[in-house]
Amino acid sequence: MTEAIILPTRRHEEWRYSDVEALEALDTGAFEDWRNIDVPAGQTYRECLVIADTDGPSDATELRRLRVKLGEGARCELFGVIASGRLGRIEVVTTLARGSHFELGGITVGGRDTTREFVTRVAHEEPEATSNQVVRSVHWGRGTGNFLGRIDVVRDAQKTDAAQSFKGLLLEKGASVNAVPQLEIFADDVKCAHGASVGQLDEAARYYMATRGLSPELSRRLLVQAFIGDALVALADDEEAHDRLLRVALDKLDLHL
Amino acid sequence: MLKIEDLHAEIDGTEILKGLDLEIPAGEIHAIMGPNGAGKSTLAYVLGGRPGYEVTQGSVTFNGQDMLALEPHERAANGLFLGFQYPVEIPGVSNVQFLREALNAQRKARGEDPLTGGEFLKLAKEKAGLLKLDMDMLKRNVNVGFSGGEKKRAEMVQMGILDPSFAVLDETDSGLDIDALRVVGEGINSIMRKPDKAVLLITHYQRLLDVVRPDKVSILSQGRIVRTGGPDLARRLEEDGYDAVMEAA
Repeated sequence: MTEAIILPTRRHEEWRYSDVEALEALDTGAFEDWRNIDVPAGQTYRECLVIADTDGPSDATELRRLRVKLGEGARCELFGVIASGRLGRIEVVTTLARGSHFELGGITVGGRDTTREFVTRVAHEEPEATSNQVVRSVHWGRGTGNFLGRIDVVRDAQKTDAAQSFKGLLLEKGASVNAVPQLEIFADDVKCAHGASVGQLDEAARYYMATRGLSPELSRRLLVQAFIGDALVALADDEEAHDRLLRVALDKLDLHL
Repeated sequence: MLKIEDLHAEIDGTEILKGLDLEIPAGEIHAIMGPNGAGKSTLAYVLGGRPGYEVTQGSVTFNGQDMLALEPHERAANGLFLGFQYPVEIPGVSNVQFLREALNAQRKARGEDPLTGGEFLKLAKEKAGLLKLDMDMLKRNVNVGFSGGEKKRAEMVQMGILDPSFAVLDETDSGLDIDALRVVGEGINSIMRKPDKAVLLITHYQRLLDVVRPDKVSILSQGRIVRTGGPDLARRLEEDGYDAVMEAA
């Protein structure tokens, strides 16, 4: 007999904008399945996470939960694109040791009645660690993109430098994005920057592009590519991976599903 | 080549063009001058199909085709180029990427093969050299961080690359110093001064016309062409002002 697990509700801060009903589709195992990434002192780890359709638009629930532990001077770079599922969610809980760095580049795209979200918790537990998180969300239809990012800086973690940037681009009325930056800082000599904004496509730019011969679809694609490109800046040295992630997102946009 | 008949157009319900007639044959450079608020920029935007500029009456035919029925990007593929008074900045999109996509979109619409990356760069280098614009500028994002003069030079490089048959240039000379004015003027001559091309050149100043030398000059006032003449008309305007010249008419 399987033991019933209690699913979160929207009353839980970390699930506030999520589609919690979609969790009912998950096996209990999937919900408890945390993957550990341990990066030893001085080492670098990079991974690209892609939640994409394999066979037409999917209504599945995709939950990826990662625990990242960084040793002294270690570096972890995660790049993620969430472009599939009724609910697609990547959760990352990171613990940083002295002088380590955590980089997250996240992209959510989607329309219909879908929710796609990044939920992170970055714990600066020792001094001189840095973190940088950039999330870009592009949605249409009744699609929703979320970034819930919590940063904890403990009392001893002086010289912490943590940055968080979120931008949402809404292509149609009915789409939405939510940003919840949450900073808990107990050290006094730290830099923590966060920014969030939401907007629409620049119509003046689109007209300018049209006068040069670009169709509305092409100008939208170029502007969206520029917009989400921010999240992949740190991946620029790996052209193959960079283009693959970009393509997953832009293909979704082209299908407009 | 371009024929405008009894064109009426409005913005937000206010009529700006009030029965404008103008015909520009191939091989002609036609300057339009006129006081502020006459409707010069509106004319440029109506020809370029800008949203919000509504044509309520009249017709525009381009090579015999109803131009007003076409979308802006279709007009471009048909050979129309609109030079902006205030070129738009596009963060995150490089000039090279933008222009290659634009040129290949136009070529595709005309049933031509796309240019490869190498072919495009060769073309871009040649046109940038013509306008004395550093190739590094073309690798930067479209108009982002460009000075006023650089933006106008970049417009002309775009025109050189896209190679239109008809250009509407809206105050391309504004914001240019004397040297840049000469470079831009000579760029217009070398790109557009051809028997199968034509230009509608909107300007306030004689200085650009000293370089470009229009075949005809028209005065646009209160939404209509009120007078058309030769190059000397522009010179008289510069000396006597609009009021005097129009009264004499």
